[in-house]
Amino acid sequence: MKIARSMAILGLVCFASVANAAEKLTVYSYRQAFLVEPILANFTKETGIDVDVVFSKKGIAERMMREGRLSPADIVLTSDFSRLMELVDKDLVIPVDSEALKTNIPAKYRSPQDNWYALTMRVRNIYSSKDRLGKLDINYEDLADPKYKGKICTRSGKHPYNISLVASMIAHHGEAEAKTWLEGWKANLARKPQGNDRAQVKAVKEGLCDIAIGNSYYLGKMLQDPKQVPWAEAVEINFPNQDNRGSHINVSGMALAKHSKHQDNAIKLMEYLSSTAAQKDYAEINMEYPVKADVKPSDLVASWGEFKADELPIFKLAEYHNAAVKLLDEVKFDL
Amino acid sequence: MILGLSRTWSLVGYLIAAIIILPLLAIIAQAFVPDEDVFGHLFNTVLPTYISNTILLMLGVCICALLIATPAAWLVAKCHFPGRKAFQWALLLPLAMPAYVVAYVYTDLLDYAGPVQKTLRFWFDWQAPGDYYFPEIRSLAGASVVLALVLFPYIYLLARTAFMEQSSSLQHASRVMGCGPWQSFWRLSLPMARPALAVGASLVAMETAADFATVSYFAVPTLTTAVYDTWLGYGSLSAAAKLSAIMLLVIFSMIGFERFARRKQQLFQKQSGPNETSVSKLTGLNAVLATAYCSLLLLFSFLLPFVILLQYAWDYFDESWNAAFWEYSFNSLYIAAIVSVIAVCIGVLLIFIQRISPRVSDILPSRLASTGYALPGTVLAIGILVPFTMLDFAVNDLYEYFGQAGPGLVFTGSVFIIIFAFCIRFSAIAIGSVENSYKRISPSLDMAAITMGLKPKALLWRVHMPLLRKGIFAGLLLVFIECMKELPAALLLRPVGFENLATYVFQFVSDEQLEHGALAAIVIVLVGLVPLIYLNRSLEQEN
Repeated sequence: MKIARSMAILGLVCFASVANAAEKLTVYSYRQAFLVEPILANFTKETGIDVDVVFSKKGIAERMMREGRLSPADIVLTSDFSRLMELVDKDLVIPVDSEALKTNIPAKYRSPQDNWYALTMRVRNIYSSKDRLGKLDINYEDLADPKYKGKICTRSGKHPYNISLVASMIAHHGEAEAKTWLEGWKANLARKPQGNDRAQVKAVKEGLCDIAIGNSYYLGKMLQDPKQVPWAEAVEINFPNQDNRGSHINVSGMALAKHSKHQDNAIKLMEYLSSTAAQKDYAEINMEYPVKADVKPSDLVASWGEFKADELPIFKLAEYHNAAVKLLDEVKFDL
Repeated sequence: MILGLSRTWSLVGYLIAAIIILPLLAIIAQAFVPDEDVFGHLFNTVLPTYISNTILLMLGVCICALLIATPAAWLVAKCHFPGRKAFQWALLLPLAMPAYVVAYVYTDLLDYAGPVQKTLRFWFDWQAPGDYYFPEIRSLAGASVVLALVLFPYIYLLARTAFMEQSSSLQHASRVMGCGPWQSFWRLSLPMARPALAVGASLVAMETAADFATVSYFAVPTLTTAVYDTWLGYGSLSAAAKLSAIMLLVIFSMIGFERFARRKQQLFQKQSGPNETSVSKLTGLNAVLATAYCSLLLLFSFLLPFVILLQYAWDYFDESWNAAFWEYSFNSLYIAAIVSVIAVCIGVLLIFIQRISPRVSDILPSRLASTGYALPGTVLAIGILVPFTMLDFAVNDLYEYFGQAGPGLVFTGSVFIIIFAFCIRFSAIAIGSVENSYKRISPSLDMAAITMGLKPKALLWRVHMPLLRKGIFAGLLLVFIECMKELPAALLLRPVGFENLATYVFQFVSDEQLEHGALAAIVIVLVGLVPLIYLNRSLEQEN
């Protein structure tokens, strides 16, 4: 009898949770909830539209494919470009034809078919130890230079940020040369790839390595956390390949889910995220480079100086994504 | 072995088993789908390392856990020494700790940048990593030790119960025949406790195989992380399913080997409660050593990580104290409560059928049902989502056929799917602990009851249940705590807007910012302690 009762309660709970999904927007996000929640809260304040965020590190595309036309997702936020392309390739998103979006977001940061829009830009920087190396005029190619043997720290090669970097090397140098470079880089590692971008900077501070690979905004984030300030202060931030093609950049972005049931509100949210207010938040809270031309990066980010960005169109990177993953396996980068 | 069990019982048993192995079948079916040679590529590059890592890790964790848990269980069950009463329950505490939290804490302590190595460098004036040797915590060995520290209570709990329930008359007999205490332990107690140790070790092995968070944090790639990467990185479900099949092969052959080795053992003893006269009093150095051993074990497996968690929580209290907690705690709690009850009911039912059915084949349901646990949460998630998505679409099609708006994702979009997944994954724990209790009920009791004209239902309720109480409690408790901690399945299956403590904490762990999630981690631990204390009380009262 007890079982029957608990089953009944369980059934009610399940259906109740399905039933209250009325006029809410649902965001599937690859971005950490705490990064996007403040911005979404402002949107709710402004429009009265509630937003639910489902955060996943991986597998959002798979989830949406499975959910098909029943998917509750309205918008997908990604922290990396390859994920945007994956959504497009798997036919999970639809074009948004919005004047506001096109005005706010420059052409090079959106899809020619309007089916994805970038929101922020970040650089894959090379950090160097202030004491032991100082500021460097360095190229990604130099990561394989034997003079740095045992001096480099990085997170897993399989992380999207590193996959994109490898993909850009394939795009510029071809697969064979990229493989040689990757082997050289692996040979220079101070320890097997582990931890996140911040942990690499911490390792530099501790003297475990002299060079760390990491995204630009992490330096800003570390300066906001009292415990991590000493880590950030132990490194110089370098923008690689300034004398040639420019630094590898990646973008975070958004797309409208194909089966969104609240398209009008979803487009409102997309427009809001490209607006000056939200772009300012991205710049100030997350220390990223806003894509909207008239919004300036935060003072701190600006203080790192101007830099030359790699002009390779971001969607070209997507073509080499799978090749990059395979290369990483072949050279056993993480093992 | 006993007549008079109608086919309905078997049918129910098979039905439950069928539901539980459904995801497994879905995975196997999925493995036969061609995968554009992703698997071939993996096979030629990284797969051998993944497989050897997985096997070594399982062996490493099992051996470490057996080595630390068995002496502790024996001491607490059979000896008097200072602090024994406290250790009896305190050594269960590590169960409430999520492994990834402990891994995080130890990494913080022991890696190059941690306080331990910093202090050493300061003392000995070492400058660079090349100046001295220090074991790498983020390694296979490190992962083995950390997982063993978290998982050993499975073995401890089952072994302690087994040791306590060993009849003291046997012990006395062995001593009369001239065995010393050590001999008596090696030749009598240990072999008699072997089924319990084996079940405990199997649980530990499966937990290890299923662990995702710890190994990914330690950068030790295993088959579990490979499944995850292949599914979500390469986007190849069928290659991931092939990997899962390999993993299951590894796990099942290990368990199969263990059972094969024990095939001739049968063990019956009269239930005699633990009687205090069989407990030997330790004195002098022995007592000190026993206390020291248990204290150190408790310190490293629970107290130290917990104190560090408290420290984190204290430092970041202001920013992490918010109302969301209560919601997450409630989510974790009610799901754990529902699942543990369902799992134990399944366990009792299936083992009961297996025990008294006249048909040899009726051993199958409980065996099949136990396979759910061997599926890592990640894999299980895929296996559940495939059939239930079909069901969801069927329901919606039906609605639309009648011109109604469909209800949406009723199964895969609600907590139902998490509860279902947890039941599949953790029924094996309940089955294991119920079966272990059942083993100690002599079949002659059943015969006597049947002779007296008892029907199967009455036999179950009036004879077995009272005798099974301990096993049932242990099962409830273990399943409950597992549900509190289970991460990958919850992460992949949670409905929109649903968050529980484990998923919340893991966000911070994977971001290397556990400090911010420490408070939630503490809630996981504390909530896990409530049933521990309750269980222990009820065990004590019975004694």
